[in-house]
Amino acid sequence: MEYFLELFMGGLIRGSIYALIALGYTMVYGIIELINFAHGEIYMIGAFTALIVASVLAVMGVHQLAILAIAMLAAIVYSSAYGFTVEKIAYKPLRHAPRLSPLISAIGMSIFLQNYVLLAQTSDFLPFPSLIPDFKFLEPYSSILRPTELVILLTTGVVMLLLTLLIKFTKIGKAMRATAQDRTMALLVGVNVNQVISITFVIGSALAAIGGVLIASHIGQINFFIGFIAGIKAFTAAVLGGIGSVPGAVLGSFVLGLTESFATGYVSSDYEDVFAFALLVLILIFRPGGLLGKSSTQKV
Amino acid sequence: MTTFSELKKSFLTALWFMFLTFPIMVIRVNTIDKIVIWRWRNMGYVGVASFFLSLAWRYFLRRKEAGSKRALSRTANSQTLLERISSERRYKIPAMTAAAIGIIMFPFIMNSYQTNIMITALMYVVLGLGLNIVVGLAGLLDLGYVAFYAVGAYTYGLLNHHFGIGFWAVLPLGGALGALFGVLLGFPVLRLRGDYLAIVTLGFGEIIRLILENWNEFSYGPSGIAHIARPSLFGLKLSFFGEIRYLYFLMIGMVLFTIFVVNRLQNSRIGRAWIALREDEIACQAMGIDKTRTKLTAFALGATWAGMVGVIFAAKTTFINPDSFTFLESAMILSIVVLGGMGSILGVVIAALILILLPEYLRAFSDYRMLLFGAIMVIMMVFRPQGIIANVRRSYNFKKVED
Repeated sequence: MEYFLELFMGGLIRGSIYALIALGYTMVYGIIELINFAHGEIYMIGAFTALIVASVLAVMGVHQLAILAIAMLAAIVYSSAYGFTVEKIAYKPLRHAPRLSPLISAIGMSIFLQNYVLLAQTSDFLPFPSLIPDFKFLEPYSSILRPTELVILLTTGVVMLLLTLLIKFTKIGKAMRATAQDRTMALLVGVNVNQVISITFVIGSALAAIGGVLIASHIGQINFFIGFIAGIKAFTAAVLGGIGSVPGAVLGSFVLGLTESFATGYVSSDYEDVFAFALLVLILIFRPGGLLGKSSTQKV
Repeated sequence: MTTFSELKKSFLTALWFMFLTFPIMVIRVNTIDKIVIWRWRNMGYVGVASFFLSLAWRYFLRRKEAGSKRALSRTANSQTLLERISSERRYKIPAMTAAAIGIIMFPFIMNSYQTNIMITALMYVVLGLGLNIVVGLAGLLDLGYVAFYAVGAYTYGLLNHHFGIGFWAVLPLGGALGALFGVLLGFPVLRLRGDYLAIVTLGFGEIIRLILENWNEFSYGPSGIAHIARPSLFGLKLSFFGEIRYLYFLMIGMVLFTIFVVNRLQNSRIGRAWIALREDEIACQAMGIDKTRTKLTAFALGATWAGMVGVIFAAKTTFINPDSFTFLESAMILSIVVLGGMGSILGVVIAALILILLPEYLRAFSDYRMLLFGAIMVIMMVFRPQGIIANVRRSYNFKKVED
């Protein structure tokens, strides 16, 4: 039973991180119908920025909680800035190009960013400082729920709630929903579509940065390649839930996280990534719209 | 006034990039010794580089926009130098002869190291042409192309290791197995839209690699298979140089064969169907083209070449392990197709030679190779989606008959 609980919690943690990244995919896809391949790299850059900032502050001897706050903030700011810039360079000039063009451009951007970090920093795994403090009250349950895990679950919950509120009740959320429904029509009624797209990229990147910092301090090491697999997994989660749908991305992430956790726990840990891909292929074959997605009819 | 505002814009862009690259380019932390290295000079480089690049970026973007307007009014008869060479007899024959002599003489003039590099480049030419069928002609973005390459390589590696079967017997088998895997993968996923297909093929490529890495009893895991036999020539014993030259000419033959087949395919019934499918699926189905079958053929034919080159790869290196079949390999082949021009045979050949030979000869360059590949993909898509040598589109000119 304890093993089961352990795997269940592990699945929830994975799911939370996937959800934070998957939201960026799903929001961007909802608005401009593009798989933002570079999104995983944005997450990686967030983690790297946090690592660099935290290390510099640690050398300067700043208090641990202050380090956590500043590193998190820096990661969010820089990831958002990167997301914004990537959109301006690689996707905006291709708004009216054939579908394949922005996709290839996105893959190019992803490769570029990976190698940029590789060349400017290092190809080795860097140890990530444990930014999250130990909580005394959690000690009796330490085999099931570690402090970092509690923080991950709480943060994810709060972020999801805020995002839902943003999309449902604010003006920009309304503009985003309008643009997702029909871009031309949104333009006609006076929505600044370019601005909405930029904001979507910024929000998605900020969420990815939060995910990046949390998982990096949970696992304890990062390198330039972490964005690739995390990106694909999160995309899988987004597709699983029905791409374009925000609650779908969250649901898909938890389903994927739990599946992976139980599969590696009870079957074999060698094939961890194979389970995710196999799940993706199965979902696409039997329910291409995803769990919560609506099956789209093609317009002629 | 306009120049001033242009400069100001570029200056602001440079500032933005200096801010953007600050933590990653400037600060370098050694987490073990707790030392921070500040590399301020990098910031200066980024500033200067992004200033000029942003000037160039906006200049070319404007030119492209102006160009696309001009292209609409221009007649389609203007020819580039290359097209003239390839169409006029007077130039064509000497050019072809010179190329043929150069190709034949190459392994005798150059040393074995350079010949080896050339063999690698030629392998990528064939891979590029194979992927070109899938991406360029049929418009299906396949990011797991390397999986079929791996299938070919392991087919030869395993058959040779266990049963000692020779190269020539496995070559067609590798192609056939590649095609089989192409169909196996293609069958369930071809109903999907383009971007889903990209992800699923990417996942498939990774699955193949992970299986090869983890299934020790079958593929010997990360340590791979060593001592694979080189190709034989009627049982003759070849010297070291002889073997390399033999492989070189084998590859030249392979390239010529591929070009011949792809060229014939392009203008065949199925080739036209691919191009039509790429342009508009719905219209295509309305015309009575079987969508699934046409796509599957493209997948299978593309995979065949990858399978065959995989066999040659295993024979060339005599050692294979899963590390040779990562996603980066797929990305490299894709950037060859993108740079060359989707659907253009000559373009893909030239692009493969440039992208493989350049980093080999400019060693300082090779660290930046993947960075460059990524940048090329973005830049080509933004400024010249048709590639360095655009595929000539079949068009009909209507002329009024004078009577």
